[in-house]
Amino acid sequence: MFAATDRNRTNDRIQRRYRNVFLGMTLLLVLPVLIILGLLVVRGGPVLTAEFLFEFPKSGMTAGGIFPAFLGTIILVTMGLVFSVPLGIAAAIYLSEYAPDNWLTRSINLAIINLAGVPSIVHALFGVGAFVIFFGFGTSILAASLTLAIMALPVVIVATRESLQAVPHAFREACWAMGATRWQTIRRVVLPNSVSGILTGVILEVSRTAGETAPIMFTGAAFFVPFLPQTIFDKTMALSLHLFVISTQVPGVPEDFPYGVALLLIIIVLSMNALSIGFRTWLRGRKKW
Amino acid sequence: MNGSESILDVRDLSIAYGSKTVLSGVTLDVRENEILGIIGPAGAGKTSFLQAINRMDAFNASMKVTGTLNFLGRDVRAWRNAYALRRQIGVVFPLPVGLPLTVYDNVAFAPRLAGKRSRAELDEIVERCLRRAALWDEVKDRLDSLGSLLSGGQQQRLTIARALSQDPVLLMLDEFSIAVDPVTTMRIEDVLKELRQEMTIILVTNLVQQARRLADRTAFFLDGRMVELGSTESLFNGETLFPETRDYIEGRFG
Ligand SMILES: Nc1ncnc2c1ncn2[C@@H]1O[C@H](COP(=O)(O)OP(=O)(O)O)[C@@H](O)[C@H]1O
Ligand SMILES: [Mg+2]
Repeated sequence: MFAATDRNRTNDRIQRRYRNVFLGMTLLLVLPVLIILGLLVVRGGPVLTAEFLFEFPKSGMTAGGIFPAFLGTIILVTMGLVFSVPLGIAAAIYLSEYAPDNWLTRSINLAIINLAGVPSIVHALFGVGAFVIFFGFGTSILAASLTLAIMALPVVIVATRESLQAVPHAFREACWAMGATRWQTIRRVVLPNSVSGILTGVILEVSRTAGETAPIMFTGAAFFVPFLPQTIFDKTMALSLHLFVISTQVPGVPEDFPYGVALLLIIIVLSMNALSIGFRTWLRGRKKW
Repeated sequence: MNGSESILDVRDLSIAYGSKTVLSGVTLDVRENEILGIIGPAGAGKTSFLQAINRMDAFNASMKVTGTLNFLGRDVRAWRNAYALRRQIGVVFPLPVGLPLTVYDNVAFAPRLAGKRSRAELDEIVERCLRRAALWDEVKDRLDSLGSLLSGGQQQRLTIARALSQDPVLLMLDEFSIAVDPVTTMRIEDVLKELRQEMTIILVTNLVQQARRLADRTAFFLDGRMVELGSTESLFNGETLFPETRDYIEGRFG
């Protein structure tokens, strides 16, 4: 009896020790993130005034605001979403619900997974070749957002397909047995039960393109544009490139400016994430099976 | 048994998945208003047989069906549209499938597919089918809660109500009692006894005694072939000429 109690105590101690080791490692990971965030908030926070957000850069970008870049990033990400989401969802529906299980489908799936891992600079070069030169869009908002869309497409497809596959196959068979077509089954049962997962995954993935620099700097983002874009064939400024420019290319920029721009980028990405999480909570309600 | 007319006439049916043949040379007929029992161990090909009847092979590229299956006098592959064929055939699965829709929408699903839109008409169908599936009293106050959240036994009766909403000529049940409690099993068996007046039923069952209780004739499937088909009485009275059938019925394997 004593022996058992002793052993229990030893077990407890070992348990606690392991827990503390894992806790320590987790904190070690979180620490740099907290430091970066803290630094950005402390140094960048005061920079983010209404003037900074909504005014043009002045005096060779050493004063004034960042409005053209702010707006440019919003436009590029939004247009990237508009191009990639319908196409990606359609492709995922085809691959998950229609495609026969053969070598062609399997190679397409493999290609998509690999595409998701291609470095963004490679997408950038593809964007230059395809959109800027071949289609003749020039360096423009259109070419840049299409490049972002191409980059986001594989992850949109993968996220969508996973949400579709999470709907049990038995539901499909039950619908088919009642005489429903594939499309009726998708529309009435599969999509309503995967839409929250799809949208969450998709927004999460696409919001990350807000911080991309390489894919847009050759295809549509400019160092400095003294006016707001009028059409999608204009160039635009963008936060990610602007951050690079004012931190390394222009002398005399106030020290805290880059921190403000970085903080704004993070706020954009995080608020899109918050949006998608809120959206999911709103849609999901309760578990359905 | 008023029926001697056959509504389903199967000749030399074979089924393969890829290059693996899982059922071959099945010839049988299903007569109007009978309950045809199908018994046999797992893997015998019973489920595949049912899937060939309502053309589920259309959804599985590796499934190959050969032979003829005349349903209402026409080969199932000659039906102009397989969707119309499936609407004539109700199916109940081994594991209960409450669709993640409301109870009401579960039962109204097939009628809506068939183009019925009037609320009054749908209300009538939903109530009638739930009553016949012995589920109405339990769900009449929560028709708008999710069908997929009902208990297993209720979901299985919901599946039956859904099948009935198609107004089927043929009802196919695939081991419906495998995942439900004995009380639900008995209630469903009572339902089937009522339904036989109005439709033809194929009852694939894992319970030999269930076939004995319900089926007019019983077929025994084993290892991808049909060993025999005879009146349930003769099969269970030891009149079978096949030792495998006797062994299976008496529980010596399976
Ligand atoms: N979709 C499928 N793909 C490949 N093989 C299958 C498939 N469905 C069933 N089989 C095989 O066909 C044989 C018969 O299965 P099934 O018709 O489900 O038998 P039962 O319903 O009598 O248990 C089994 O060997 C099974 O592994
Ligand atoms: Mg089976």
